[in-house]
Amino acid sequence: MSTREKVGWGIGGLLIIIYCLFPIAWIVSLSFKSSSDISNGEFLPTSATSENYATILTGDAAELFLPALRNSFGICLIATALACLLAMFAAYAIARLDFPGKKIILSTALAVAIFPVISIVTPLFNLWREIGLYDTWPGLILPYLSLTLPISIWTLSAFFREIPWEMEQAAQVDGATPWQAFRKVIVPLAAPGVFTTAIIAFFLAWNDFVYGISLTSTSASRPVPAALGLFTGASQFESPTGPIAAAAVIVTIPVVVLVLIFQRRIVAGLTNGAVKG
Amino acid sequence: MAAIEMSHIVKRYGDGFPAVNDVSLDIADGEFMILVGPSGCGKSTLLRMIVGLEDITSGDMVIGGTRVNDKAPRERNLSMVFQNYALYPHLTVYENIAFPLRLAKVPDAEVKAKVEQSANILELHEHLQRKPANLSGGQRQRVAMGRAIVRDADAFLFDEPLSNLDAKLRGQMRAEIARLQRRLGITTVYVTHDQTEAMTLGDRVCVLKKGVIQQVASPRELYEQPTNLFVAGFIGSPPMNFLPASASNGKLDTPFGTIQLDEARAQQVGDRDLVLVGVRPEMFEDASLVDEALRDKGARFTAQVDVTEWLGDSQYAYLPYESSPEAAAKLKELAQELDGDQLRTQAIVSIDSTSRIREGQEAEFWFDTRKIHVFDPQSGDNLTRDAEAGAELTRQATEDRKAQVERARATASA
Repeated sequence: MSTREKVGWGIGGLLIIIYCLFPIAWIVSLSFKSSSDISNGEFLPTSATSENYATILTGDAAELFLPALRNSFGICLIATALACLLAMFAAYAIARLDFPGKKIILSTALAVAIFPVISIVTPLFNLWREIGLYDTWPGLILPYLSLTLPISIWTLSAFFREIPWEMEQAAQVDGATPWQAFRKVIVPLAAPGVFTTAIIAFFLAWNDFVYGISLTSTSASRPVPAALGLFTGASQFESPTGPIAAAAVIVTIPVVVLVLIFQRRIVAGLTNGAVKG
Repeated sequence: MAAIEMSHIVKRYGDGFPAVNDVSLDIADGEFMILVGPSGCGKSTLLRMIVGLEDITSGDMVIGGTRVNDKAPRERNLSMVFQNYALYPHLTVYENIAFPLRLAKVPDAEVKAKVEQSANILELHEHLQRKPANLSGGQRQRVAMGRAIVRDADAFLFDEPLSNLDAKLRGQMRAEIARLQRRLGITTVYVTHDQTEAMTLGDRVCVLKKGVIQQVASPRELYEQPTNLFVAGFIGSPPMNFLPASASNGKLDTPFGTIQLDEARAQQVGDRDLVLVGVRPEMFEDASLVDEALRDKGARFTAQVDVTEWLGDSQYAYLPYESSPEAAAKLKELAQELDGDQLRTQAIVSIDSTSRIREGQEAEFWFDTRKIHVFDPQSGDNLTRDAEAGAELTRQATEDRKAQVERARATASA
């Protein structure tokens, strides 16, 4: 590449990054503006203030935001863990065993994944109220599983298929039961796949709004996206833009941290060296 | 240590195709048995049935006196080296070798002792803490063998273990496997399609074709007394030449002149319109370089030389000949069975490397007629096979093996 080309690519890349990150920068900037400064017509705050963060963490909105944050973390982590565990078994069976109905399971999973959430939320609302799941953690974990399981099964079965059959056969000849072969050989090899799946599943659950707003009513189980919608301004004539921006920044942080931590684990190269090069 | 006995083993797949058809084979305790044949002959399937990775449709598989048909692989106490090694990439070399012991819940101190012993045998000591991904092909191969020998398995099974290595390394590893097997004296079944491995490693070799055993014998017997066209063509490199001929009154009329058969063989062959005469390349020689004493033990002929290949220690010449369409069709069919492709009817002959015969020349050749075989093209049977001489060769090989194993065990215990 000549210097000109390099510069060209650099500028192009920079433009795309600015274009993609601009809304985030704007949110961050908004979160540091005081309420009188919101409509100052400029990108940067006139004078940066942390009053929005104070509002949601210790001030008026804290009793709305902090429980929601706790709910979101708890519900999403449990839903992710369950989805990964269940998907691991399902995907292993799909990748390795020949059983009738395999295709049906896969296509049903896909169908569930593309099914619009909004169309089932009303019946679910009624059902949940009848059986006492309304406004509880399990009441959200269950629908979140329906969001996260299909994608998890698909990703993981692709990963399992990449692992050579010989690995398990070698383990079996070496004296392993099928369960031992799965636990000691297949699971470690599929670890990058499990991490990838976990992150995708976590994002799906973390970003959900429709279930969160419809199936909860109190801070007992309301997740962050739903809580953000319920923020109110200092008076009814004032919109709570600043606190919402601050809360949005805070909920973005875990997602960024997660990606940074697992970025190095999301490499499919772990099976290198298992079989001939 | 155990003998492996197979009787009437059949493997039929879902579509009814028998990959292995009525195989009965006894492998003695401590014997090195080779399963060989072209691709699709069922040799790997047979091996996988021994180890338990493939179900047996019918027949009995008896290992060390117990019928194992319904036993899981882990209950058979066999160890196996896979074609692609199948090392566990997330474990170090040490843990890879220790894996079977860990599963058997062997105490740590014993694991350490055994792994180090295996590592010593295979010279893997400096690599014990590395991951398989950082090893070369030959080292991975040795790790796979280490994992196989670390526990006291009843038998070793090898599934084309050298086919992923380059030629030089393959030669070294071949010697290594032979040394190891003699040293440990453990029953070994080795699958390969490479006939050099088959000839050099095996006490006995089992030649398979389309799931059916063709011949089980020592390499020498296979080479000198093949039972049919398939075995004769498969064993030996370059392969045996099959010259179409007609037989009458003990005379064979071949494209390279007439051959006079001795009394006994003339009787075995009788009078036939078409036979195939099997002549190994090394039975030929440049007529001008033949030893005086040998000269009248063979026949002379002149032929056009198509190509010569000089290899330093030897030299090959390709001699095209005309043949009847019937014979050509038969030869083509045979070549296909052997995984090859015969484009033209030609004989490959080995001549002295100092011979001045060059391509394009008309040259005079000589060939030894004492060891030729005559085959019936229809059934493929060897009409001139001397079963007794063959059995004698295999008996000698068995004795040699026993002596070797005893010597090895004596050295090991000393």
